[in-house]
Amino acid sequence: MSAAPEHNPTLHKLGLQDRIAPYIPLLLVPIIMLIGAGAIQSPSSWMTLTVSGLAMGMMIFIMASGLTLVFGLMDVINFGHGAFISVGAFIGISILLSLGGLTGAPSLFLNVLAVLAAIIGAMVGAGALGWAFERVIVKPVYGAHLKQILVTMGGMIVVEQLILVFWGPDEIFITRPETLKGAFIFFGAAVEKFRLLAVVFGLVIFVGMRWVLRSTKIGLIVRAGVENGEMVKALGYPLRLVFISIFIAGSALAGLGGVMWGLYQEVITAQMGGNLMVLVFIVVIIGGLGSVEGCFIGALLVGLLQNYVGYLDPKLALVSNIGLMVFILMWRPQGMIPVVKAK
Amino acid sequence: MLHSILSGDQPRSKILSLVLIIIVLGLAFAPFLFPGTRSLDTAARICIFIALVASYDLLLGYTGIVSFAHTMFFGVGAYGVALASVHMGPGFDALIVGTLAGILVAAILAAIIGLFSLRVRAIFFAMITLAVATAVAVLFSQMSGLTGGEDGLNFKIPRALTSAQKFLADPIFGVKINGKLLNYYLMFFGSLTLILIFLRIVNSPFGRVLQAIRENEFRAESIGYKIVIFRTGASVISAIGAAIAGSLYAIWLRYVGPDTTLSFEIMIDILLMVVIGGMGTIYGAVIGATIFVIAQNYLQNLMGAAADATSSLPILPLIFNPDRWLLWLGLLFILSVYFFPKGVVGRLRGEGK
Repeated sequence: MSAAPEHNPTLHKLGLQDRIAPYIPLLLVPIIMLIGAGAIQSPSSWMTLTVSGLAMGMMIFIMASGLTLVFGLMDVINFGHGAFISVGAFIGISILLSLGGLTGAPSLFLNVLAVLAAIIGAMVGAGALGWAFERVIVKPVYGAHLKQILVTMGGMIVVEQLILVFWGPDEIFITRPETLKGAFIFFGAAVEKFRLLAVVFGLVIFVGMRWVLRSTKIGLIVRAGVENGEMVKALGYPLRLVFISIFIAGSALAGLGGVMWGLYQEVITAQMGGNLMVLVFIVVIIGGLGSVEGCFIGALLVGLLQNYVGYLDPKLALVSNIGLMVFILMWRPQGMIPVVKAK
Repeated sequence: MLHSILSGDQPRSKILSLVLIIIVLGLAFAPFLFPGTRSLDTAARICIFIALVASYDLLLGYTGIVSFAHTMFFGVGAYGVALASVHMGPGFDALIVGTLAGILVAAILAAIIGLFSLRVRAIFFAMITLAVATAVAVLFSQMSGLTGGEDGLNFKIPRALTSAQKFLADPIFGVKINGKLLNYYLMFFGSLTLILIFLRIVNSPFGRVLQAIRENEFRAESIGYKIVIFRTGASVISAIGAAIAGSLYAIWLRYVGPDTTLSFEIMIDILLMVVIGGMGTIYGAVIGATIFVIAQNYLQNLMGAAADATSSLPILPLIFNPDRWLLWLGLLFILSVYFFPKGVVGRLRGEGK
């Protein structure tokens, strides 16, 4: 028997570059803000657009977070995610419209109560639909990407059409609750109250989600499942149950995003979910499929860029986001924060 | 002879052969068998969609990747012809230049998208094509100075392809021999040629590699095939096919607009035709497109009748409302993918589930 070869492992301290590398994507957000400021010139317009971009980003993040986690956990890509956005919006807005007494009153408390009722209704509705969707549409096609894409797309068409059946073919216009109307004047820039609320709301959800994922046992199982599902199953955790819960939670969040989007645009259509899916896909791709942090940063980038470019040349707003995607994929082909997978 | 025309890929089922012969003969003599403008229009639509769906089948059925940008390439071909005819004046030179320009643009776009998205994961391709196709559709409907916006473009085609041109003074079998008839045969033979070319491609060594990649990506790669190159190649060829089909469609309609060429609903139609006909068979495109286009013409009437019949009941008339036909197509689509993944052609060949 020969002796083992000499082997002295050493641990190097991380260099500056290695320490900074994970945070580079985060730096893109202020960078894009600065570029925007340079291109727009007028500070007050820039301020308005930035808040609006951040609000839009937060809402897209809320819609996209479920999709990216579901993919990370089970390798399921759900093209029907947009259906949850639409359904959430329709249920939520219907509740708001039926609570006209609460939304019309000039009392912040009553308004918030109405919005909360709408949000809860939308989340329950979209979550229930998500559960049914998973059971009926996604479950039979695990592991087959091609069929998954086709079937979930079909599911989205069916749900979109059912919305038209139940709510009629016309778009529904709404006005925001009394105390959420109007804008603050902040250093000469008009900042809409609702947008500010959306930013706060999005931040709360992001921080909450990060806390669940980083500091609770469920989060630990989810993160472990994203990295290596087989191993988590081998250790005896019911990955399937975790997955369904994430799917339902993700659908509920999409529904929440739908209500907020409806209030933001003040109009809802059955196609809104399908249209938003384009932005949602761009966000999850540039963020790195499976990564919640990447999704958050990606959503902010997309929201800001969409608003800045929309102000400068409205025709190029969506194209600019494709450009952003191309740029990021050239830089990091797996997305900004790639999730290591053992598969 | 027949063997080499079909590139050695025969229908392999008696019923299937019979159905195909009926369809081909029916389309070949459509102007004589089904007189009338509307039925000729349906026949031309079938021809064009057969070519379009066959080109999509190369991607979905043979290579196993889902693209949502096929209508984009279709639209690029159509707008190529329209723009060339508008700016160069009507003429065959404009049609040829427009078609070639459309093909070139479609090929370049497909190559760029393919190299970007297929490099990492095939699943990116579906999402990225969806995003790009939507952006392009929005762009086309907003650049109204160039593309006519939502209204689209009406343009003139050479007189020899319109009903104004008479070739014979007397009708044959009651059919006027005019430019419209010539135009129809341009559609028919254009689509027939495309189908035969696609049969050639999928039965070539290149086509075999695509199928190998579809069946087992890792194995194909370890044998030494660069899968990115092959997938991108398939995507480019399929885009070229779609662009040619788009040019034909524009020549037939003498009009292009976002709704007729770029809309997402046409993408869904294409998906349905491929799945119903049978993925990965090319012949499936022929059957799928024929069934679908005919059904589309009559399904809405049928639904209208059903809505009237149930008008006293709650909710049902809303579901049968002719405007909700996408609901039924969506359901049909899901059910076909689950229970009928090989489509009509797979069933007839006895491959079963």
